[in-house]
Amino acid sequence: MSATEAASQAAAPHEAGRDYFASLARWKVWEILFWATLAGCYFFPDIDRMLMSRVIIWGLFAMSLDVLLGYRGIPSLGHAVFFGVGAYVAGFLGKFGWTEPISGLFFAMFVAGALGLVMGKLVQRVTGVGLLMVTLGLNLIVFDFVLRSTELTGGDDGLQGIVIAPVLNYFRFDIWGRTAFWYAFVVAFVLFVVTRMLLKSPFGLALIGARENPRRMLTLGAPVEGDVSRAFMIAAALAGAAGALLTQTTQTAAPTYLSFQRSADVLVILIIGGAGRLYGGFIGAIVFILLQDYVSALSPVYWYFWIGLLLVIIVSFFRKGLLPSVEQLYDRLRSRKSAGPPG
Amino acid sequence: MSEAVLETKNMHMAFGGLVIFEAIDFSLRRGDRHAIIGPNGAGKTTFINLVTGLLKPRAGEIWFDGRNVTQDTPQQRVKAGLVRTFQINSLFKALNPLESVMLALLEREGRSKPSLRTVAQEKPLIDEAMALLDRFGLAGDAFSITDALAYGKQRLLEVVLALALKPKVLLLDEPAAGLSTQQGHEVFAKLADLPGETAILFIEHDMNLVFQYADIVSVFAAGSMVLQDTPENVRASPRVREVYLGA
Amino acid sequence: MAAILTVLFNGVAYGFLLFVMSVGLSVSLGMMNFVNLAQASFSMLGGYIFVTALQGYGIPFMLCLPIVFFAVAIVSVVLERLIFRYFYKTDDLTQVLLTIGLVFMSIAMATYVWGGTYQRFDMPAWIIGQKDVFGLTLETYRIFLVGFGAVMAVTLIFGLERTNLGAMVRACVDNRRVATACGLNTELIFAFTFAIGGGLAGLGGALSANLLGLDPNFPLRYLVYILIVVSIGGMGTITGTLVASLALGIADVMGKYYVPQFGSFIIYLLTVIVMLWRPHGLMGRGA
Ligand SMILES: Nc1ncnc2c1ncn2[C@@H]1O[C@H](COP(=O)(O)OP(=O)(O)OP(=O)(O)O)[C@@H](O)[C@H]1O
Ligand SMILES: [Mg+2]
Repeated sequence: MSATEAASQAAAPHEAGRDYFASLARWKVWEILFWATLAGCYFFPDIDRMLMSRVIIWGLFAMSLDVLLGYRGIPSLGHAVFFGVGAYVAGFLGKFGWTEPISGLFFAMFVAGALGLVMGKLVQRVTGVGLLMVTLGLNLIVFDFVLRSTELTGGDDGLQGIVIAPVLNYFRFDIWGRTAFWYAFVVAFVLFVVTRMLLKSPFGLALIGARENPRRMLTLGAPVEGDVSRAFMIAAALAGAAGALLTQTTQTAAPTYLSFQRSADVLVILIIGGAGRLYGGFIGAIVFILLQDYVSALSPVYWYFWIGLLLVIIVSFFRKGLLPSVEQLYDRLRSRKSAGPPG
Repeated sequence: MSEAVLETKNMHMAFGGLVIFEAIDFSLRRGDRHAIIGPNGAGKTTFINLVTGLLKPRAGEIWFDGRNVTQDTPQQRVKAGLVRTFQINSLFKALNPLESVMLALLEREGRSKPSLRTVAQEKPLIDEAMALLDRFGLAGDAFSITDALAYGKQRLLEVVLALALKPKVLLLDEPAAGLSTQQGHEVFAKLADLPGETAILFIEHDMNLVFQYADIVSVFAAGSMVLQDTPENVRASPRVREVYLGA
Repeated sequence: MAAILTVLFNGVAYGFLLFVMSVGLSVSLGMMNFVNLAQASFSMLGGYIFVTALQGYGIPFMLCLPIVFFAVAIVSVVLERLIFRYFYKTDDLTQVLLTIGLVFMSIAMATYVWGGTYQRFDMPAWIIGQKDVFGLTLETYRIFLVGFGAVMAVTLIFGLERTNLGAMVRACVDNRRVATACGLNTELIFAFTFAIGGGLAGLGGALSANLLGLDPNFPLRYLVYILIVVSIGGMGTITGTLVASLALGIADVMGKYYVPQFGSFIIYLLTVIVMLWRPHGLMGRGA
């Protein structure tokens, strides 16, 4: 790196510049509050811990799509494929004797990530409606395959006989969802922290650059197409982790895990929360899953009316999703308060 | 006469039936300040697109720094030191100038691979980015969203991004387009300070700038390079007047 | 041999159905850059209006078709004026999300109004049964479909693709200001194009009610097919849409007849391959 050193010798240390990037990477108070509140949910009396672990899993799943869509700007209508593959891999391991959950989770992430890399290589040159179609098509193919390979996957009925050992050989998965909650929470939090670091790194900045202007990134010498497949790989591994979590906490894996419906749902969740914000997926999942739980109990048939309406309202009035809209409102209120002579 | 750093040999280009270059032989020497002029639609931007690899020529070769780069990807050419700017601003709208320049520097140093190190840890590069912005009078805007910058500043940022890559050859597509005369002169004055070994090829419609800053001028028109000569001779040439007046 | 020809013929009939259903999306996508997935809901609406008119009011079959066309055309124009026109300038994904939201809503609304089960109704006597044509025994309804589809295709290709209207729509999309300055009423042209596309989708739904079955999940079931047709054919080319519809119809019917164990697998696979090979569709304008 002698070139860097030579160049930077001329440049005096610049505090403002350094501070700027340092503040981007720093954990904010509200972030800590968010995770503390989520963990604190466990202690609420009467809380449905199984439901809360589902919220966390969907949040992780939506965050994985955020890496692809929010940060790299690639829409996918087939993201459930990776979720489903992670779920089935974890399920197979549990079914055929490898019942230890953490290594199973890693293995599921690895397989889903490898598939993501392949898929990314396939689609890295396709854009726009073509991209939506290819991802949708691949989703349908894999779904069809899982549904039809009855002997392998159990077809419509899903995978039977999944056994998952206690976490760390001690915490059993119980029907109250106590272990499920903490297992999902810790895994999601750790993966969140890693993803956060990745996105605050030069690589994360390059992803945003390619989202903003791929042609310019190309003329800066960036491997724009290679970044597509890397983003796919990371997003797929995270989605695979979410799928594996669902399988392990519920001991089931069903074809619906990788249906197109699920791909649409996760997209809706991310859009509701707000893409490109890292937390949008979790916020969206909280709104979506809790609302779904509530409305479906009243009238399952009409759930999709409300979710459709929500979608229409969001794209019409809150183009960027809930989180950025709230942020904007907050900024506006604050600037109004501090409005006065400039200084 | 010093050696050529960038050359096209018999380069032919057409869009469908529209022939842009019949067969163009062009050479840029190390350290030159070389201007391309020509009427609208003469193919000047297309020439840069071809040389940088955004377009593929129908026939012919492109040589850079002693190597045939005709089959190289755009990135490979950038890595080799062939860098351009765009006639119409092509920036990162949602990022600020500091982040934009950091993108270029991180890319130049090959430090954009997936890692868990934050950008904040790249302290020398951050300092270099700020220094570069400072040199072009953009330090005060380093933290404002690019989209909100005045047009003139965006135009400067376009040049800064290219310079950040420390190019061997800098290709500027009308860097002063849309700037006031004075702003145009400021941009070119900054460029004139660059180290002598950097060759600059620029497209420019403002003849005052061309004659003040170029050592050599090429005139493009109607599918070929009409003339290549010193600014004085080009100014005096009746051919050039003909080309512009469309006789 | 006769069996193959019959299956082939059924495929062609199915293909024409797909054509009528998807041509609206192709036009809105190709000419107006608008990804209107709600086109599938227009088809469903057409189906329900058709069944209601035919069964509920006893209106003759041939009169039901224009009624469906105009009713759905009006609905789609109303939606265009109220909602869609604000989204012409947004990106693909926003349009997808908006219109899929509308699809979700339409499914719930159809369930509310018409119930969640498949519709039962009787087609007129003259159109059921079979006929012998060139030694093949073909269903009368499919013969009707092929004839009807062919007439539609020819009308559209000559009426939209080979005339000024197509050029006018494209001019409006490429540059609204210039188009307006040239005396074109862009709003009117957009609304008109939308109405035709929506009306045709409705017609497609009406014609398919008998063959494909009609229930509130219709839009989601056939959305994929419509999308495949449009993206393979190339957006905005009516000829391309026709070719892709026929190819898909034949491939689907043949595939399900001869290799049922693969189901729709072949079609999905072909779609992905085509999209990777020619991202703008077989007959699309390359970028
Ligand atoms: N991608 C393309 N497809 C078809 N034609 C093109 C394409 N790009 C450029 N052209 C045409 O090639 C010709 C040369 O264009 P080019 O942009 O190179 O001109 P220029 O010399 O840079 O003009 P200006 O001074 O206006 O920038 C023009 O007639 C233009 O319309
Ligand atoms: Mg130009």
